[in-house]
Amino acid sequence: MLAQILAVTWMNLRSLPLRLGSSSVVVVGIAGVVAVLVTLLAMAGGFSAALERGGSPERALVQRAGANSEMSSTLNPEDVRILSTMPEVAAYSPELYVVADVPKRSNRQPANLVIRGVRSDAFAVRPEIEIVAGRALAPGKRELIAGRGAAAEFLGIDLGAKVDLRNNDWTVVGLFTAEGSAYESELWADLPVAQSAFRRGATVQSVRVRLTSADALEAFAARVEDDRRLELEALGEEEFYAGQSKSMDALIRGFGYTVAVIMAFGAFFAALNTMFTAVSARTVEIATLRALGFGGGAVLASVMAEATGLALLGGALGGAVAYFGFNGFTVSTLNNASFSQVAFDFAVTPELLILGLLWALGLGLVGGLLPAAQAARLPIVTALRGE
Amino acid sequence: MALVRCQDLQKSFVKGRETVEVLDGINLEIQQGDFLALMGPSGSGKTTLLNLIGGLDHPSAGAVEVGGVPLNEMSARQLAKWRAENIGFVFQFYNLLPVLSAQRNVELPLLLTPLSSRQRKANAATALKIVGLEDRAKHKPGELSGGQQQRVAIARAIVADPTLLVCDEPTGDLDRETADEILSLLEVLNQEHGKTIIMVTHDPKAAERAAQVLRMDKGRLAQEAA
Ligand SMILES: Nc1ncnc2c1ncn2[C@@H]1O[C@H](COP(=O)(O)OP(=O)(O)OP(=O)(O)O)[C@@H](O)[C@H]1O
Ligand SMILES: [Mg+2]
Repeated sequence: MLAQILAVTWMNLRSLPLRLGSSSVVVVGIAGVVAVLVTLLAMAGGFSAALERGGSPERALVQRAGANSEMSSTLNPEDVRILSTMPEVAAYSPELYVVADVPKRSNRQPANLVIRGVRSDAFAVRPEIEIVAGRALAPGKRELIAGRGAAAEFLGIDLGAKVDLRNNDWTVVGLFTAEGSAYESELWADLPVAQSAFRRGATVQSVRVRLTSADALEAFAARVEDDRRLELEALGEEEFYAGQSKSMDALIRGFGYTVAVIMAFGAFFAALNTMFTAVSARTVEIATLRALGFGGGAVLASVMAEATGLALLGGALGGAVAYFGFNGFTVSTLNNASFSQVAFDFAVTPELLILGLLWALGLGLVGGLLPAAQAARLPIVTALRGE
Repeated sequence: MALVRCQDLQKSFVKGRETVEVLDGINLEIQQGDFLALMGPSGSGKTTLLNLIGGLDHPSAGAVEVGGVPLNEMSARQLAKWRAENIGFVFQFYNLLPVLSAQRNVELPLLLTPLSSRQRKANAATALKIVGLEDRAKHKPGELSGGQQQRVAIARAIVADPTLLVCDEPTGDLDRETADEILSLLEVLNQEHGKTIIMVTHDPKAAERAAQVLRMDKGRLAQEAA
């Protein structure tokens, strides 16, 4: 049986060059579906990853209870002091969080850029931050360090450049990375300087806490909630970022699947049409093989093999387009949850490529099934008459 | 014992609302080693009878037995296997696969046998030699003349060493001279290789080469001496 299938399949493949036109329609159609699907999912994945990468299981974010973003939260110095005495806290970093309009490099249109006021504690809480050019912030100076993504996306955010924020001149003294997390889309400044420049008095927007261990999160959150002096809530950082990325992630994914499904319909009909044409062009050949004693199963399998072969070729092509065209492609978009621009890389992962191939395989199988069944059920005698 | 035995064989086709009676009670015995020509007007049912004897189709009624095997009682799957082992088909338009070389075309029926790839190649080469085309093994059908293509088809028909060759107008598409060559080849296969041959033809000259001629008309047989 296998020898039969292989022989008939091989024969089909040999005749492929005669049907190059219609076959390439299938390949290109399915390549399009897979390229779009993989690229959009890579975008969604990259966006979520950029946000979630900032999250550590050992860290918590404390903000005003009910605040739906860091921006709409306020903590006063007494809040910070009480938090600092809690036993689960290993290190803590009170942070100012404001948003400024800065033009983007791409279209020179102003977009939101996050400015985070920090003390040196911010680096103790986030050991992944690394100054990759220039130097760290000097206390008491109107200086900025810029995340890699912010520098790439925003006009004038260059090492050594002067930046005008709310009518004050700031100097960019360093560039930092944060393992690709959302912090890379921010500007950081010295906390007291930022508090006075943005007229925040002694208040901050949030406190970042490094816990004694990941297991301490629950106890810490409970302690913050139960403390009657505080109207604050503590969230695990991972949970916080997952929540932020959820809506955008769902939006991109939903869009990706919708477009892919619409295109898949087109590719499905192309595959169907191509395989029906292939079968009817070879009606007499198939009938001859059947007369010689080849089974209907072998004919069925060979048509399916051709359809899935073309589909997988398309899938591989689409995956290659997504990978070589978009993997690591950096874009930025507004993170609705934090009102800030987030720069992120498209992440064309092996999982996505496999998903793309599975889609291609599925399209090939369903597109090939009817034509294959028709080929296998051809009545030999009528088909031999060439009718 | 007769190799082929048809008893009150009937075949009708349903075309729309009409039922067309194509074979109307065929009784026929063909002896092992016979070379039989089947003649008759177009539409008289020659191809239909050949298809039943070759196990390509089921009769509507009656029995057809080849080598003691009752074909009318077999499933399509059993028939396919039986055809591969017992029947060689030769068609008017050769029905070779255009993408395969002559050698590969001849090898096709052997893919249904347990023979090794080397054995298949060797047997196909032998069959091509019998039809006199050993030097054309690598050629595709499109690179061969009509007569050469029919020789390749005959090599394909005999490669698995079947007892019965079923030929539907094997010279119908060939000129006189080429037709004569093909008929001589069939004679050789009949006389030297012991193949039993049933050949449908419209050509009286071709029928003369057969040992026996049967005439069909309107789905019935009228026997006469060769
Ligand atoms: N599969 C089929 N479905 C419907 N009608 C058929 C079928 N096969 C044959 N017939 C009809 O049966 C009749 C006999 O056909 P058949 O092919 O056996 O004739 P034939 O003697 O071989 O003719 P020719 O010399 O033209 O080849 C014809 O009227 C044909 O239309
Ligand atoms: Mg006929």
